[in-house]
Amino acid sequence: MKKLPPKLVGLALAALALMPAAGNAADKKLEVFSWWTSGGEAAALDALFKDYKAKDPGVEIINATVAGGGGSAARPVLQARLAGGNPPDTWQTHPGFELLDQYVAAGYAEPVTDIYTSEGWNKVIPQGLIDMLSQEGKAYSVLCGVHRGNVLWYNKKLLEKNGVKVGDKMTFDEFFAAADKLKAAGVTPLAVGDTGIWASAQLFENTLLGVVGAQGWKDLFSGKMSFDDPKVKEAATLYGKLLKYQNSDHSALSWDQAVKAVEEGKCAFTSMGDWTVGEFVKGGFKPNEDFGWVSHPGTDGSFIIVADGFTLAKGAPHKEETIAWLKSIGSKQSQEDFNPLKGSIPDRTDVDKSKFGPYHQWSMASFAKDALLPSCVHGEAAPAAFQQSLNDAITSFVADQNVDRFVSALVQAAKDSGIKK
Amino acid sequence: MDQQELVPTGYRLPELIKMKTGTPIEKALSGGHVLEAGARTQKTGKRRFNQAWLSPIILTPTMIAIIIFVYVFIGITVWVSLSKWGTLRMNMDLRDPFGFTYLQMFAMPRWHANLRNVLIFTVLFLTLSMSLGLVLALLIDRKLVGHTILRNIFLFPYALSFIVTGIAWRWIFNPETGINLLFDGLGINHLITSLGGPPLKPGWTTDPAVLFSINDWLGNIFPAVKGMSVQLGIPLAMIPVIVAAAWQLSGFSMAMYLAGLSTIPTDLREAARIDGATEIQIYRKVILPLLQPVTVSTAIILGHVSLKIFDLIFAMTGSGPGFATDVPGIFVFDMTFKATRYNLGAAASVVMLILVSLVIVPYLWSNLRRR
Repeated sequence: MKKLPPKLVGLALAALALMPAAGNAADKKLEVFSWWTSGGEAAALDALFKDYKAKDPGVEIINATVAGGGGSAARPVLQARLAGGNPPDTWQTHPGFELLDQYVAAGYAEPVTDIYTSEGWNKVIPQGLIDMLSQEGKAYSVLCGVHRGNVLWYNKKLLEKNGVKVGDKMTFDEFFAAADKLKAAGVTPLAVGDTGIWASAQLFENTLLGVVGAQGWKDLFSGKMSFDDPKVKEAATLYGKLLKYQNSDHSALSWDQAVKAVEEGKCAFTSMGDWTVGEFVKGGFKPNEDFGWVSHPGTDGSFIIVADGFTLAKGAPHKEETIAWLKSIGSKQSQEDFNPLKGSIPDRTDVDKSKFGPYHQWSMASFAKDALLPSCVHGEAAPAAFQQSLNDAITSFVADQNVDRFVSALVQAAKDSGIKK
Repeated sequence: MDQQELVPTGYRLPELIKMKTGTPIEKALSGGHVLEAGARTQKTGKRRFNQAWLSPIILTPTMIAIIIFVYVFIGITVWVSLSKWGTLRMNMDLRDPFGFTYLQMFAMPRWHANLRNVLIFTVLFLTLSMSLGLVLALLIDRKLVGHTILRNIFLFPYALSFIVTGIAWRWIFNPETGINLLFDGLGINHLITSLGGPPLKPGWTTDPAVLFSINDWLGNIFPAVKGMSVQLGIPLAMIPVIVAAAWQLSGFSMAMYLAGLSTIPTDLREAARIDGATEIQIYRKVILPLLQPVTVSTAIILGHVSLKIFDLIFAMTGSGPGFATDVPGIFVFDMTFKATRYNLGAAASVVMLILVSLVIVPYLWSNLRRR
């Protein structure tokens, strides 16, 4: 083979290198990465797309979803893309540690403070929430909706039949009294579905908050309070007591199958975030008639946030479109379209409440006045390493119910992941 | 499928004697002696040149790919396992003290449970699937009625993906909706309760109990065991998983044994019969010893499958109650992608590699020495 002249080779390489750049300039695109593929979630995401397209019609949206509950399958894909220098323009993430400790600290996300200023969001979004997605005064994510994690759901007709009354709030003593009554009547009091162990971790998280309170929660995850505090032990003991009231097949069910057990009247209560509403509605159950809700025992006045938001990737291939997208999803219009479908509430307080059902109006009232706290189970309050260790500790605890071992595992995890030195 | 397809044809007695050392599967892979004999006649002139240069040229790209994608990557994994890369941000600096990640890992109760589970799973799964495979092969070899159809039926599960098997068996062993309903439906529970016993309702994959725990006994020899939170024994929830895995792969070991059986000439059985051996003696003294190489091959193939098992357990039970069905494969996945502790995930991968090597390397070594 004859040698090619070096100049020609150089030219060819240069042309190759320029090709993707040239392609970008010609057509307008936006790649959105999320794990919203199931019914209501996909519809909600579609509503965001529709609103964005109405404002920016020429853009082709690449919907890069990866199926799998809670993003367990999506995150490995995202991590590989970020590490490989091939980021999507914007990706779904929870605020708090997941955003700041993983993506911002590794330099994968750009600040979006300017958008907050230009759109006047600082006035309509609670400051506590903006703090959760900010580092050194710079915001790094735009939220589209907020879920409440600490809700106890119940089958209203089943409770009425068994003479159990639930008020505006509930204490642990009231819960256990009700549970004993139900158990005596042959009803399983508590439904748990922990094929994904996070569902059990959520039950513990809610119970922990019920014992330590809002301030204790902040102190625990900022390292001011240790995990071998007597209050954490008390929470673990209470949680162990709760386990005695749960369904025996919990480890064979998923969280939504546990909700189904409540719907069918096999179980009375389930402690779960408010994505549960969608399951009830899908089953044709009516709020305040067939099913009811109350803050998880002891957690009235606190709102555990499980928020969904999107980022601006550093080196985003389509930066302009991404900024327009972020402005669109944070707008009043999009939040009113997105949230009823997703089953969450808007993160801004100036929306039309009449578009939402009775549960979400209750949740919005709580959002406006209660202490807003990050969720540990959903990666907001602590690093991913701690989140995993908590899940592991819960897996062991559900089997052996050894409080001391459980607490020492948490202390070790807090040390390993840098929460508590 | 005809039985002939399972083994290379043309084996005679001399090959059979060699089979005590070489297994039928190796023969099948190398194409047997037929190819060697054909090649020998072509060694002249230009062809000799081709023989000398063609194979290195053809092999080079593959070799380069293997060196990069297998050995270099093994090296990188080992390095990561020793590094500080414990968050999403890459950090390849070596961790101080050296190998601290391994120390951390071997102090984790979850990892203790992993090692226990993978050992129990491997031993019980090999025993069950191979003995079942042997029994099926011996029965089919007797040419009972419908043996062709049965052979295919037994082999079919092998064609399924582990994910499908896992999900189907998860439903079967669901304590509320699975085979427990059979105990009610068949009146077994009615019988037991009428005799005054509690109804039979095993928790299957949801039961965190561990049978035959040897912690106390072992604690007398190694005092460190006494402080372990993990019970060393047979996790009850593992049994359904072993049943599912054996269901899927006993057909495979049956095929292996059938291949072995078909190479045993009828002359040998007849000779034994003439010498007055009973049927049982023929199996014990003639057939089973001749099948020994098949047993070794099957054990190694299934052994490395079971040490690396991930998909079946991930789909069927996940980590299980109290890590009763957790295995290193799931540990690697959780630590690497969920906890973003890349060094910990890599350390577990390295230990998995060592476990598999313990099975494969002696086998390869003995094969190489023989050639």
